[in-house]
Amino acid sequence: MEFWHFSEQSMHPAWDKIDGPTKVLVDNRFCDPEVAHQLYNRYLDEWVIADKLGYNIFVNEHHASANCMSASCLLTLAILARQTERARLLCLGVPITNRTDPYRVAEELAMIDVISGGRLEIGLVKASPFELAMSNQSPARIMDRYWEAHDFVVKALTHKGGPFSWEGRFYNYRNVNVWPRPMQQPMPPMWITASGASTGRRIAQLGYVCATFFNGAGTRPLFDAYKDEFLKTHGRPAPIDRFAYLAISVCGRNEKEVSERIAKMKPYLDVQPRTPKGWTNPPGYETSELNAMALKKGVKGRINFGLPPNPTRKDMADGGIMFAGTPDELYDQITSFSDRAGGVGHLLMLGQAGYLSHEETVDSMTLFANEVAPRLREYARSKNAELTAAA
Amino acid sequence: MFISPLPDRRTVAGAELELLIKGEGQPLLLLHAGHGIEERDPLIERLSKHYKVIAPSHPGFGNSPRPDEIDTVDDIVYVYLDLIEDLGLTDIVLVGISFGGWIAAELAIKGSGRFSKMVLIDPVGVKFGDRETRDIFDIYSTTIDDIPGLFFADREKGMTALGQLDFQNMDEDAVARFARNREALLLYGWSPTLYNPKLKGRLHRIKVPTLVLWGADDSVVSAEYGRKYADAIPGAQFEVIEKAGHYGYLEQPAAFADKIETFLKS
Repeated sequence: MEFWHFSEQSMHPAWDKIDGPTKVLVDNRFCDPEVAHQLYNRYLDEWVIADKLGYNIFVNEHHASANCMSASCLLTLAILARQTERARLLCLGVPITNRTDPYRVAEELAMIDVISGGRLEIGLVKASPFELAMSNQSPARIMDRYWEAHDFVVKALTHKGGPFSWEGRFYNYRNVNVWPRPMQQPMPPMWITASGASTGRRIAQLGYVCATFFNGAGTRPLFDAYKDEFLKTHGRPAPIDRFAYLAISVCGRNEKEVSERIAKMKPYLDVQPRTPKGWTNPPGYETSELNAMALKKGVKGRINFGLPPNPTRKDMADGGIMFAGTPDELYDQITSFSDRAGGVGHLLMLGQAGYLSHEETVDSMTLFANEVAPRLREYARSKNAELTAAA
Repeated sequence: MFISPLPDRRTVAGAELELLIKGEGQPLLLLHAGHGIEERDPLIERLSKHYKVIAPSHPGFGNSPRPDEIDTVDDIVYVYLDLIEDLGLTDIVLVGISFGGWIAAELAIKGSGRFSKMVLIDPVGVKFGDRETRDIFDIYSTTIDDIPGLFFADREKGMTALGQLDFQNMDEDAVARFARNREALLLYGWSPTLYNPKLKGRLHRIKVPTLVLWGADDSVVSAEYGRKYADAIPGAQFEVIEKAGHYGYLEQPAAFADKIETFLKS
């Protein structure tokens, strides 16, 4: 199992001052640049420490958000490409449906791969619906645009030789010529996020890593669909390193530390869904058929975490939302979830969330790296043997 | 606005349209608003007493499929130029409501000699303000529950027109039409939001007598915007109807129909 330290680089000191949505419409006077300066540097320090502890690095981006100040995952990765030595560097992801210029995306990806000495891992994402408010890209035909941008980025990164031209439905270039080419050949490892089986199958055909976020009971059907399609397409069972799962993860030495850390991180779950109502599901973001089905069933918005009110620690661990405990408890929670999901090869760990301090974040990461990670690596090795022998 | 399907179908230039043809007399091509059209539309009910109303669902709306290559208002305009030729229509009264008013204005500037008069009801499609001032409310940042209050002067009348938004007890076909209308309106109007930057400079080309009708309580595009719209069309008349919102023609169908019929007889 590989472990990826993740943080949303939140402006959490502003959360309790904000009344209403924490994104899209939130007044930027709630983001004090002095505080942001300290926080950005703190979060970067935590990734540098993660590198030394044997973690890989995972960054994301959002816009106009007190939940995530990373306005460009590639800017963050560009810094870390230089400041870290061993960690794999995952952007999950670049919201290519929001980028007007995938050529520029390909150039920036290649540059990070070369600066880091070939440590880049590329995640290309559809992005959350509310991001379309800022990018101004149309929700309509978003997946058509996604796949054209994907195909373009792949060609731009793998193409060797002189310039090529691209005259597609959504993107038009007369002279594509990426300098430098990525260091990893033919291209860096690719990741795509999914929550449902149909996307999972498409990722399986491509052989990319399938990552899913806070997906709980939805994870098993997704991973099963991936496995089925992977076997059909590639003629061998999918290894465990094709499956990634994101949850909040925190470790403590004893019950007191654990419950204090949970209490500090849990507000993330309340703040994260504070999206303006009009931006939770703009028309076009989902197909009209899916929207019609949801209306018929009386569903009026996307549900973020699917937890019961006042969830217990067990609810959150079983639901794949937060793994929290002493080293032994964490090992049990994570292996149990992984077994139910059908095998998790990459644990994407939201290791700083809510009000967890720098010292607590680093302590939790260190404890996990020393006392849980080795055992989980062993678990994943035997799980992988089981998965790949299954055929 | 969307609940019952239209009874007829016609295919023009590869685009299959559902449409309603009702009444006898001079042809009246009615281009519906962004939330669609249904068979029992009160304005059509009235106008079809004296005119042959031809009311299609635009490609992507209602039960009209959207061919992949049709994705702009300009594409819809060419579908309707084909429809007009296909039906052999001349001396046409062109009526466009809201989003359909935008389409009507784009049709009229193309200079087809087949139109004789035009009525625009709370149309969108033009920008008058500066780059930091919106003329047209950003309807795409709202929820389904906002529709009755935003598009109607009287929210209750809006709820009635929208089937009380009681999707769980609606026919599946009606729910599908509603979802398709929302998606199509977004596709055609997303950005720039519900206007064509070129249209203002082309409105002078409209040669047919035109009436611009406006709901006094329109919260999507104000009556002040409506007056500018009328001023940009040579010789256009402008009239405001009280107790009417953006979809005021559904709130005060008789008042709108009276104005339209008086104008058409003049």
